[in-house]
Amino acid sequence: MKFTCLSKGSGFHFPPCHMLNFCGIRILFDCPLDLSGLMAFSPIPTSLDALLFEESNNNEKRHKIEDLLDAKSLIFAEPWYKTVNNLHLWNASLIDVILISSPMGIMGLPFLTRRKGFSAKIYVTEASARLGQLMMEDLVSMHAEFRQFYGPEESNFPPWLRQEELEILPSVLKDILLGKDGVESGGWTPMYSAADVKDCILKIDTVNYAQEVCYNGTLVIKAFSCGVEIGSCNWILDGPKGDIAYLSSSCFFSAHTMTFDYRSLQGTSSLIYSDFSSLSDAQDIEDGDNNSDPTSDTLLPLSFQDLDESSLNSDENLEEKEKLVFICSCAIECVKDGGSVLIPINRLGTILQLLEEMTTSLEASAMEVPIYIISSVAEELLALLNIIPEWLCKQRQERLFAGEPLFAHVKLLKEKKIHVVPNIHSHQLLTNWQEPCVVFCPHWSLRIGPVVHLLRRWCGDPKSLLILEDIVNPELALLPFKPVAMKVLQCLFPSGIGLQKVQPLLKTLQPKTVMFPEDLRLKTSFSCEKSFSVSYYTEAEPLKVSCQKDSSELKIAADLASQFYWKTFKKEGINVTRLKGNLLMENGRHHLLLDNNKKTSESNSSLVRCGLADYNKFLPALSEMGINASIELVKDDVESQNVCLVHTKEPYKALIEIGNTSTVITTADANVASILYKAIDNILDGV
Amino acid sequence: MAIETLVLGAGQEVGKSCVVVNINGKRIMFDCGMHMGYTDHRRFPDFSLISPSGNFNDALSCIIITHFHLDHVGALVYFTEVCGYRGPVYMTYPTKALSPLMLEDFRKMVDRRGEEEQFTSEHIAECMKKVIAVDLKQTVQVDEDLQIRAYYAGHVIGAAMFYVKVGDAEMVYTGDYNMTPDRHLGAAQIDRLRLDLLITESTYATTIRDSKYAREREFLKAVHKCVSGGGKVLIPTFALGRAQELCILLDDYWERMNLKVPIYFSSGLTIQANMYYKMLISWTSQKIKDTYSTHSAFDFKNVHKFDKSIIDAPGPCVLFATPGMIRGGLSLEVFKHWAPSEKNLVTLPGYCVVGTVGHKLTSGKPTKIDTDPDTQIDVRCQIHQLAFSPHTDSKGIMDLVKFLSPKHVMLVHGEKPKMASLKERIHSELGIPCYTPANNETVSIPSTHYVNAEASDTFIRNCLNPNFTFQKCNSVDTCNSTLIDRNLTPELQVEDERVVDGVLVMENNKKAKIVQRDELLLMLDEKKHEV
Repeated sequence: MKFTCLSKGSGFHFPPCHMLNFCGIRILFDCPLDLSGLMAFSPIPTSLDALLFEESNNNEKRHKIEDLLDAKSLIFAEPWYKTVNNLHLWNASLIDVILISSPMGIMGLPFLTRRKGFSAKIYVTEASARLGQLMMEDLVSMHAEFRQFYGPEESNFPPWLRQEELEILPSVLKDILLGKDGVESGGWTPMYSAADVKDCILKIDTVNYAQEVCYNGTLVIKAFSCGVEIGSCNWILDGPKGDIAYLSSSCFFSAHTMTFDYRSLQGTSSLIYSDFSSLSDAQDIEDGDNNSDPTSDTLLPLSFQDLDESSLNSDENLEEKEKLVFICSCAIECVKDGGSVLIPINRLGTILQLLEEMTTSLEASAMEVPIYIISSVAEELLALLNIIPEWLCKQRQERLFAGEPLFAHVKLLKEKKIHVVPNIHSHQLLTNWQEPCVVFCPHWSLRIGPVVHLLRRWCGDPKSLLILEDIVNPELALLPFKPVAMKVLQCLFPSGIGLQKVQPLLKTLQPKTVMFPEDLRLKTSFSCEKSFSVSYYTEAEPLKVSCQKDSSELKIAADLASQFYWKTFKKEGINVTRLKGNLLMENGRHHLLLDNNKKTSESNSSLVRCGLADYNKFLPALSEMGINASIELVKDDVESQNVCLVHTKEPYKALIEIGNTSTVITTADANVASILYKAIDNILDGV
Repeated sequence: MAIETLVLGAGQEVGKSCVVVNINGKRIMFDCGMHMGYTDHRRFPDFSLISPSGNFNDALSCIIITHFHLDHVGALVYFTEVCGYRGPVYMTYPTKALSPLMLEDFRKMVDRRGEEEQFTSEHIAECMKKVIAVDLKQTVQVDEDLQIRAYYAGHVIGAAMFYVKVGDAEMVYTGDYNMTPDRHLGAAQIDRLRLDLLITESTYATTIRDSKYAREREFLKAVHKCVSGGGKVLIPTFALGRAQELCILLDDYWERMNLKVPIYFSSGLTIQANMYYKMLISWTSQKIKDTYSTHSAFDFKNVHKFDKSIIDAPGPCVLFATPGMIRGGLSLEVFKHWAPSEKNLVTLPGYCVVGTVGHKLTSGKPTKIDTDPDTQIDVRCQIHQLAFSPHTDSKGIMDLVKFLSPKHVMLVHGEKPKMASLKERIHSELGIPCYTPANNETVSIPSTHYVNAEASDTFIRNCLNPNFTFQKCNSVDTCNSTLIDRNLTPELQVEDERVVDGVLVMENNKKAKIVQRDELLLMLDEKKHEV
């Protein structure tokens, strides 16, 4: 088994990406896009921006001005997108299986499926596939705005990727374009088309949670909920050589999607730990001049063994609830002052909860403020959310059984408390528009989508409020909108297994070996861990883990087994039988079934014989058959072993040479040979 | 090893489906229904046969309910709340959502009739809390050895066939299913499985149905003719299933023909049910699923809530009234008002039980009907019978049996003589032993068992070595045929029969191991002796 981490990703929107070779099958886990790369580009320029840009271009002398980052240093061109660089080193046609663990993990898939020779089987949970499709379609439609602005691309190689252009870029942007090591420029690619997305979705096989699918009869694949996003999952792969659990970012508590089903991951022989979320948790979030909501992962020392989940969950639940209430109270304050609230958040769980919380607090404070949701896919997305009860958390499912809509937005839409429009210049929005208001719209990178236009409108208004997602570099995100007078609130929600929970969790899951990220090595200590062994992996370095079993399981049908003719070897006390049947590979297990086909059951002679041919037994055996023979012992000089020559005269003439490891029959008649052959066969231990 | 099947209900009859299967030491109850034809003890299955002592928790591993019809779920509340079964109960999401509606409706009806109540509303709520909802194709590990899995069955929303595996023994219980898609549901779907036993319904064991399309058109024509003549159409139906199917049909037709005649739903139950249907759209047919975002098929544009005051209002209308078969309630009340006018139409979808007004209407052409000793109604209205059924026909049953090719087949949920003829067909045409036990009978069949062994790598690798045999195809036959034909026949046929020599070794105190022949000598520490 060989495991290679292609990318450890970063944050919720860019999950890790790995390649695994298991039982001779090449499996790719996730195919994400690093959309934070968009921040290197300028949003669609306004006429004023364009003027400035022309000017700066005309000045010609663009120097490298280190650390003097302003809106003009951004790239003014149709953005390209950053895929996982290491994935390009693989021939797409050599991938056998692709497992997509979340809607975010599907974002880069059209790049792969449109490559020549691509033939991998893609498994995605049904909900992930539908959400992922909507997200990709939204991205394509938002990107169209750029294409409209810049026109068709002139060359296959954009000028900003040229070496000389890269040299003069500020270091922050250079890091984005080239990566920390300066080698990632190969990962950039132009946007896929809507047709590519459609084509990609057609190539997908959807699964339900806990549904068994079998690849090639060899590998049984199962998805289990992981609680991060609707449809997101962990995997179990079960092959003839053992089983592996793949643990992606997982949440013990969720207010919208089905929670982390860790019990189903118990007892596999190996486990790939792929939750890097605690990596960014530990990083200090710069407070700056931003009003950031503190997140502290202060959790009590856990005893997983007691599985005191209710208290554990309610803790997390409470914390999340508090944050939501805080955000909403800020928003209410803001609209009371006459400012508007802009929420460019793409995390579905956060949007849905904020939407519900926001409307109730607005109602409570008796405010009549419109809420707009602006996105090309919002209408379909909201409709979709109400028909997938099987993928939601317990509380939402209870609503189904009570006959109520799964989410509050169904009612809110009917009451016209929220307005859903496809884009910013839609007629419906223009006729309805009213400020102050609350707007939910993409995209969190603040580079594409309706957010750009609204941010330009409100960024100078100190009464308005911008609520940001957990962005690594909010400074850079807001760069094109400087000076920003509006209030900014950054909110952080956990999207993975907290560091303190790693060890108790792994102890509960009881794998034999764990593949664990090197980056988290210092933060967790398995030194005193005896129940499983740990191997650490780093990005782009293959890790070899020995297969758990050197033999495979085989099941023999009882009706076949009862027909076995057993032969006992005296010395070892071993019973041996020859097998005859149909070998069948099904659901990762070998089966041997009764074969009724007469054609294959013709050969009756022994396969292998062993032991010494004892000539003292041979002669009586021959005479029983009415054959007279005489023995002559010869010393073979070459191999210095005894060879026994047996001559037969009556009724057939033949010479039989009996050695230690072989017997040779020489005769003119084939029938005679077969008779003698049987005689020898009888005195040897044959199978 | 054997699979023992105890049929507690629906053996050689339709009603109170309940089958208890003992499979490798696990006991599973499939369905827990009530018989609508009885009001005495025969209404429920005889649970004492499961455990004479009444300790059902130890006697059963789990209960599986296939769909929300009362003859499949009706006795569940009684069994869990009154008989005291506390173990797990599995059903699909829609079944869990809609069963309480059906049970509550039944409870109210019993209440109205003044009969003794078997369970209360609280009982229903308590019972539903014990239910574990499952999704299609999800493999649920009930305990270490017992696996169950649901497959789409059509029939009604959320109906499922259940696959059960314990050790090496595998079986499927179909519940009710439909092999042809209808207006709102898809056709039953199942994987190819290696089954020891298939228990299937056989409601239409000898019927072969023609296309539904013609009957749909006939129905629409009759309704259209009636309303255009200013008449009123009464469709007595149950709240769930048929009401939605016909309403989709009508709503669609209204849209196409641009009709403005109002369609009414009589009960709040049907409107409430539509709410559930909207959320459970992924369990309906592909066509309906595809349009969920633009227009939900259960958002009926022309449908309004019915009020009793408009019974005698002038002008044409269409009314879906509960209960079905004109057994009583609103459908009977409206019938009394509308039946005397020859302009009106009564459409009876589905089967009507003997003794109901619906049955009297379908058997012969009565001009007068006595609803009770004092009332007699003149029947001058048109009567139209719709022969829709969400059950599979005999061809469907045969197709399923053939597709699954189980080692044994058992028929339940059907009429005795029809079952006997289907049993004969399965036996003679497919060569599969078939059983039709009566209620409270037990059938035992042998089950598959595998012996586990380890296979060495060399052995497995050798299995994968290709072993091609080439056969030249005789092209003489194709000489006379056209050129294209000849191109289609391959000149060379390649057969790949992979053969490997394997030896099974059993050593004392060790697991059986399968090795390739060369490895055997190593294991035995012996030298090879060639001849």
